Amino acid sequence: MSSRDTILKSINRHLVPAVPLPDMNQDWIKFDNPTEQFLTMLSAVGGRGEVVASLEDVSRKLHEEPHYDDAQQICSLVSGIDIASDKRIDLDAIDDPHDLKDVDFAIVPGEFAVAENGAIWVTDAVVRHKALYFIAQHVVIVVKASEILHNMHEAYPRTGLETDGFQQAPHFGVFISGPSKTADIEQSLVIGAHGARSLRVFLVEEMQN
Amino acid sequence: MAGHATLAKDFVANDERAHWHDKALWFVRHKRDNISHSLPEWETLRETASQVKLHTITHLAKYLEEFEANAKKLGVHVHWASNAAEHNEIVLRILQQHNVKRVVKSKSMLTEECHLNPHLEAAGMEVVDTDLGERIVQLQKEAPSHIVLPAIHIKKEEVGEVFHQFLDTEKGASDPGYLTEAARQHLRENFLAADAGITGVNFGIAATGGFVVCTNEGNADLGTALPNLHIACMGIEKLIPAPEHLSLFTRLLARSATGQPITTYTSHFHGPKPGGEMHIVLVDNGRSNILGSDEFRSSLSCIRCGACMNTCPVYRRSGGHSYQSTVPGPIGSILGPASDPAKHSSLPFACSLCGSCTDVCPVKIDLHHQLLTWRREIYVRGLLPLSKTFPMKVMSKVFQHPGLYAFGGGIARKALRVMPRWMIYNPLNSWGRKRELPEAPKESFRDLYKKRKRP
Amino acid sequence: MPRIGLFIPCYIDQFYPDVGLATLEVLERYGCEVEFPEAQTCCGQPMANTGCVDAAVPLAERMIEIFAPYEYVVAPSGSCVAMVREHYSDMLPLSNALQEFQAKTFELCEFLTDVLKIEHVEGQFPYKVGLHQSCHGLRELRLARSSETVGEEFNKARQLLEQMKGITFADLNRKDECCGFGGTFAVQEEAVSCMMGLDRLADHYESGTEVLTAGDMSCLMHLDGLNRRQPKPVAVMHIAQILAGRQPEGSVRVNATEGGIA
Repeated sequence: MSSRDTILKSINRHLVPAVPLPDMNQDWIKFDNPTEQFLTMLSAVGGRGEVVASLEDVSRKLHEEPHYDDAQQICSLVSGIDIASDKRIDLDAIDDPHDLKDVDFAIVPGEFAVAENGAIWVTDAVVRHKALYFIAQHVVIVVKASEILHNMHEAYPRTGLETDGFQQAPHFGVFISGPSKTADIEQSLVIGAHGARSLRVFLVEEMQN
Repeated sequence: MAGHATLAKDFVANDERAHWHDKALWFVRHKRDNISHSLPEWETLRETASQVKLHTITHLAKYLEEFEANAKKLGVHVHWASNAAEHNEIVLRILQQHNVKRVVKSKSMLTEECHLNPHLEAAGMEVVDTDLGERIVQLQKEAPSHIVLPAIHIKKEEVGEVFHQFLDTEKGASDPGYLTEAARQHLRENFLAADAGITGVNFGIAATGGFVVCTNEGNADLGTALPNLHIACMGIEKLIPAPEHLSLFTRLLARSATGQPITTYTSHFHGPKPGGEMHIVLVDNGRSNILGSDEFRSSLSCIRCGACMNTCPVYRRSGGHSYQSTVPGPIGSILGPASDPAKHSSLPFACSLCGSCTDVCPVKIDLHHQLLTWRREIYVRGLLPLSKTFPMKVMSKVFQHPGLYAFGGGIARKALRVMPRWMIYNPLNSWGRKRELPEAPKESFRDLYKKRKRP
Repeated sequence: MPRIGLFIPCYIDQFYPDVGLATLEVLERYGCEVEFPEAQTCCGQPMANTGCVDAAVPLAERMIEIFAPYEYVVAPSGSCVAMVREHYSDMLPLSNALQEFQAKTFELCEFLTDVLKIEHVEGQFPYKVGLHQSCHGLRELRLARSSETVGEEFNKARQLLEQMKGITFADLNRKDECCGFGGTFAVQEEAVSCMMGLDRLADHYESGTEVLTAGDMSCLMHLDGLNRRQPKPVAVMHIAQILAGRQPEGSVRVNATEGGIA
């Protein structure tokens, strides 16, 4: 007998009283001002964010980022961000994700943000190498200001997982809440463990889909 | 094997360190309280999550088959392992087929439980644990002492020494920021050089065949985004029915574990990355046995947040290693005896039955009641020493005879009053080592009650 | 006038008779007809908590029989009441007698607040009280909101004590951490047990507790055992003694002496 059958048989030999699935429609938390809540939570998890009018504002404000002007490699997946050509990395021209190891800044689109926990949903639908989200020294996420959801119960239907379980397109999606961090040494919080050393979020009011 | 009490005594003997450990974990418990109290629906969330987990484990075979079928549709290779040895063999075989020399692993208590690392190392592979805490204990050649905070028992100065030895940091340096940066540089090299990434699984989704891995450091993501081979090792109890249920667990996990609103990276894997290969190893290793027990079934609901450890007044003061079990603390004191009752017979007694674990558990496992039930099981199986059972039997006989009880009580109180102090506080009196006994009154309540009735 | 069977835990009977008397006085003050059935000994908790269920069962069966004639059973102990209400079902077959016994058994404070619905407590107690939340009362009987759970705050012991003139409460750093008694745990895990107790005491000392009280004398026996070896011990009293109007002069033990017991 295969281990598969052994395990399933071992489970099925028990007559266990079936417990029904609970009602998922509960009175989950909502906020008077989800944008403000999102920005508060983002800051609590070590990120920084703000609402801006347009992508031009993003381009301008990026220069205020520490390290941005010193960056050697910048990879943007958001069209309309102004990057000097000698710094620009074209992700589609890179075959091996290991070659992204020196990327200083990744500027990526987020599908939506979640007010209760400061998280943003990004997927591999728009990136050739998902490694970009984790290997870049600094990550900037650009989200439409109108795309802020209250809580995770509103978030999951928006991931697309509900309908086709990613059978169609993206094989990977991640909620990112703040920069990479650890407190494994004496519970001291240190930002910048393995992934992004900083996370900046722009909520853009005027942005095309 | 020394029981928990013996190792706990050693831990407590270093009073400064035991208090340091207690405070570090209480701080985490405190953060958990703050964030849970900020959500008015907290108890509804726990209750709903508990029901989802109980539903899943009472329909486990169905969901496992559904999960397997959907994972295969995503192009994932699904393996089944009845026990730890089979799990290790499967993982080794996959790695060997791909000619892997270097593996990066993100935190997985299942691979700890199966002792995967030594198995792969014996076959000549290099395995690097990439979670910072796990890397620290790996370099120290120790086991994690906590399932979420593996190096919570190690002081920063000690981390500094180990890093000086292995990562060439400055001698005497102990600043957590500096040490973390050194680990970042060191582990980046390992990520870039790895031929394969191994991860655990926080949640497997039956309806999609995908799974979720949660980290704060991003190590599971870096470790699987670079190499082409990803092996995910998953206990069969990690399933949930559908994506909508993730909303409950992603809300509860980090809040309970560390007091964060969600983990920094909550990653959803559905099939291999382009050009890559993905394997899932489903592991039983005793879980299906627990399923048959009405008393212990709900322990399979555990989402490994570690909150029961952070709140446990015994764990905080005795350290994770005193449990001598992959998973320590309250949940470990249930899972340990379930896998080997004789080896772990002291664990259900390493508990004052305060019930704080049950009240913090995000999936409402009745932990302290299960610990009590385990005590009974250990007694019934004859694993309790006579020194514990005999006095109980004698006391029971005495208590069944009120006259004998009242007489015996009178004698005992009299003895306490007349015996010299050195005789009462003898070396065998472990109550009296640090504590006074109550002062023995001449008359018991029942004596006074009689007098009161008939003055 | 409710007819009450007074359930006095064995260690209170033997070592803290004044706690039993105080309980009796409080119940009588509120108009109860109270009787102490003398056949009672121990509820079986030490045996059950050690796993020796067969040694506990005959004691549980005796309890049900002895208290059968009463309308209510009241005990000055959350722990022993929790044993009856929450754990007898684990070791005895389901029966009407068992269910009736469980339904009518109450811890003293909850009996006063929930059954007698006492709103005014006479007397003064002009001290800073450190209220220790005994775990079984807190998390088995739910006599107060535990710090782990989220919801409306309540605390039955404090609700009663607050009525007394002049009373104030110590604001503890860890408001409901276990004292480390835990029955046989206190000797089997002596090192951890004592560290837990000393940590609780340190919290009370730092918070200015003058009188340490609780609904369970077992926790207090352990805490006071440690307390009496400290340079500046605080007074320790069971909550029944405070409610009965005892004052802390020289602590519980001196009260017992005044009662002519020692």
